[in-house]
Amino acid sequence: MKLNSPLQVYKYLPQINCAECGDATCMAFAAHLIDRSKKLEDCPPLLKDEFKKKYLELESLLAPEVREIIVGRGEHAKKIGGDDVLYRHQLTFFNPTTFAYDVWDTMAEQELVDRINNIANFRKFYVGKFLKVDMVAVRCVSGDALKFASAVKKVSETTELPLVLCSFDPAVLRAALEVVKDKNPLIYAATEKNWGEVAELALNYKVPVVLSSSDLDKLRSLALTFQEMGIKELILDPGTYPQGKQLKETFERCIKLRRAGIKEGQKDIALPIMALPLSAWLVYNDAVTASYWETVLASVFIVRYADIMILHGLEPYAMLPQVHLRDTIYTDPRTPVKVAPGVNEIGSPTKDSPVIITTNFALTYYTVESDLSSNKINCYIAAVDTDGIGVEAAVAGGQLTAAKIKDTFQKAGFDFKEKTDHSTLILPGLAARLQGDVEDVTGLRVMIGPPDSGRIPGWMEKNWPPKPK
Amino acid sequence: MTKKIKLSELGSLLGGLDIEALEGVKIEGDVELDLGHMLNPQMAYALGHEAAQIAHHLINISRILGYPVDQMFSGTAAKPIRPSRLIESKFSVGRMEEWKTPIQEVTLGATSSDGGSRSSTVTLGGEHALPYYFDNPMPHRNYITMDVFDMPINMAKAVKSNYEDVINSPSEWAKKVVRDFGADMVTVHLISTDPNIKDTSPAEAAKTVEEVLQAVDVPIVIGGSGNPEKDPVVLEKAAEVAEGERCLLASASLNLDYARIAEAAKKYNHVVLSWTQLEINAQKELNRKLMKQCGVARENILMDPTTAALGYGLDYAYTNMERIRLAGLTGDAELNFPMSSGTTNAWGAREAWMVASPLKEDSDWGPREYRGPIWEIITGLTLSLAGNDLFMMMHPTAVQVLKEITQTLYGSKEAEPTNIDNWITAVI
Repeated sequence: MKLNSPLQVYKYLPQINCAECGDATCMAFAAHLIDRSKKLEDCPPLLKDEFKKKYLELESLLAPEVREIIVGRGEHAKKIGGDDVLYRHQLTFFNPTTFAYDVWDTMAEQELVDRINNIANFRKFYVGKFLKVDMVAVRCVSGDALKFASAVKKVSETTELPLVLCSFDPAVLRAALEVVKDKNPLIYAATEKNWGEVAELALNYKVPVVLSSSDLDKLRSLALTFQEMGIKELILDPGTYPQGKQLKETFERCIKLRRAGIKEGQKDIALPIMALPLSAWLVYNDAVTASYWETVLASVFIVRYADIMILHGLEPYAMLPQVHLRDTIYTDPRTPVKVAPGVNEIGSPTKDSPVIITTNFALTYYTVESDLSSNKINCYIAAVDTDGIGVEAAVAGGQLTAAKIKDTFQKAGFDFKEKTDHSTLILPGLAARLQGDVEDVTGLRVMIGPPDSGRIPGWMEKNWPPKPK
Repeated sequence: MTKKIKLSELGSLLGGLDIEALEGVKIEGDVELDLGHMLNPQMAYALGHEAAQIAHHLINISRILGYPVDQMFSGTAAKPIRPSRLIESKFSVGRMEEWKTPIQEVTLGATSSDGGSRSSTVTLGGEHALPYYFDNPMPHRNYITMDVFDMPINMAKAVKSNYEDVINSPSEWAKKVVRDFGADMVTVHLISTDPNIKDTSPAEAAKTVEEVLQAVDVPIVIGGSGNPEKDPVVLEKAAEVAEGERCLLASASLNLDYARIAEAAKKYNHVVLSWTQLEINAQKELNRKLMKQCGVARENILMDPTTAALGYGLDYAYTNMERIRLAGLTGDAELNFPMSSGTTNAWGAREAWMVASPLKEDSDWGPREYRGPIWEIITGLTLSLAGNDLFMMMHPTAVQVLKEITQTLYGSKEAEPTNIDNWITAVI
């Protein structure tokens, strides 16, 4: 965005402090526009006719450096691109890399449906939410427009996920677009050979389109030409080669494109980038090696600037690191990593229920909480204020101590005599060395839990309720 | 339409204006454009074509005359522009001029000509840009040092199966990782010295170091147990028996007697690993203390800003390293040192070792023997992109794959060119 201080934004706002946006002042709202936590549409006065000029000016001044485009419709639609910085610590990255997994038109129908369901149903719980994948890319392997259209139809009947239609043949793309034209699919791809006809499709069906060339001069030519024709919903595919010098050059092309777009403000190629880690499968035959290498390629381009990628392998050992790394890179570094310290109930604890200690590091807390609630263990969980540091490091660094643990229960008004009939607390396995201290300071019985909260259910079977002394 | 226009008249009118581009237009016959009459479709099409061509030229004239003719065509009914060929263009982008300060070069290991007994050395650092960037090629590739422990320890099953035959012999273990798994270096972890474990004496621990130095001829890292009271004494003794070998002493940190470790490094010619916990300012402080207060030379400092596993804080580790590297390149002389990562920490992630997800809501996690190595690979790879130079690792497959990708991006891996043009139709 072209503005970088709330004061600059404030000049364009109504300056009446009406608080309709939820902020007390227009200046506070301006700060939220700068950090992109609020939108112009949150300010009702600005939407009135008298402010239309300022609204339009602000809209263009606040637009992200990399164009943001939308694929699909409805709740599964995905925003792609929209970044403002080259490094996440400078603000945050927006719109996590979209993951599209492929299907193809020569698959048997049941095989196709099963594969789509595997893609659509994938989920991995993590810090209070599920990590999922986003789209289905349909490849035309048959070369037959009718066959492709019928596969696309089946896919769109099976899933709500947005689609990428993949063929270099405009006739094939057209046949599929006829089937799913109201779903705003992404079409792949326009090249220097077929661009004229693909541009017609993008115009006629009003769908976003991928431009593909591993020659950046040609890629820019395509981008300039399409924009001249009035097509703005564009994604750049600079070619993903799986190995050797070609891979190194692929990496360089992504960095060059993004640097030109964000650092040098070259608007005409400040567009989302597509990577194709799937190309690993062109050089490796066995599924494990290919899945590993595909995940390696995906990781390189999650970190360095791909906004959308097409993948093939559905092995859990590939998808798990893929979704986790995407979350790693796109997590907002401005978000606090702590939860409020205190004693919380999981399920409906009774006097027989265990009292479990953990830290207020958000990741640790949510992991323990989900392990307990998923396994339907009624209990109390105490989040000790360790400044948001995990158990092992907090024990080593002195942020998790017997005094802090005692303090947590006192502040929460948690009386063991009243709430429990066992006067026992359970320390994390990684805090075992605090056992003696905690017993001395609290006067409670202290048990040592497992080193990983995922093992609490098994631990409970063996150790709970505590045997009377 | 009250007035009839003859195309031929229009043509001659335009001809009178001497428009060069109109020369290609042919208007034959004396056709009246009269929309009130029935036209046969073919004739209508031909007429439309000619009229459109003339309109096209008229628009060009208007444009030349400065009339904002394109505005007439804005709005939904407008026909977009259809260029007949791609707009010619060149792509160019500048280099990062602000990366003026190189990263310090640090050499580990010493050959006989330099007072050691290693057959080769490892040089880290020297970068003028972020890793693998085109601005300036990396002078040295990434290196991998593999973990060896001075006593049997708990390991994930997938790791343990590689070391069962050597788990009681640090020297055999060291030989195996160099000979079979392609380790560039060996890290010997003296964990048995922890008073809460075996409380092995510094002298006895130093013997293990000597054995490892004799077993392999690559540079080595000497690691303590992590006990802040014991480590300085243990590392000091180990440094003494390894005099002249330019080992990496792991680690000096702010919560132990770092000066004693620094002193040992200076006295016996070793390199200090400056370890802090995910905090860039603490890293600056410790580096400053090592240089200013302890007098450690710049070429004898390596940093470990802490590695957190994928899914367990890698976002902090990644951004911390990237910030440190960018600060170094842009001139912060307290941060422009090469970095080392305890990539083995990836195995702490439950996704790396647990048989299955403890959460019923999760999709199937699949076989863990494949999850573990890739957790280590992706943790390391992510940090390599942030600027990490040296990787401390454990699983042979992880080592092999991380070498393949980092050396590909570095530019030393050749491969047969791949034709990706047919990826859409590939049968895979």
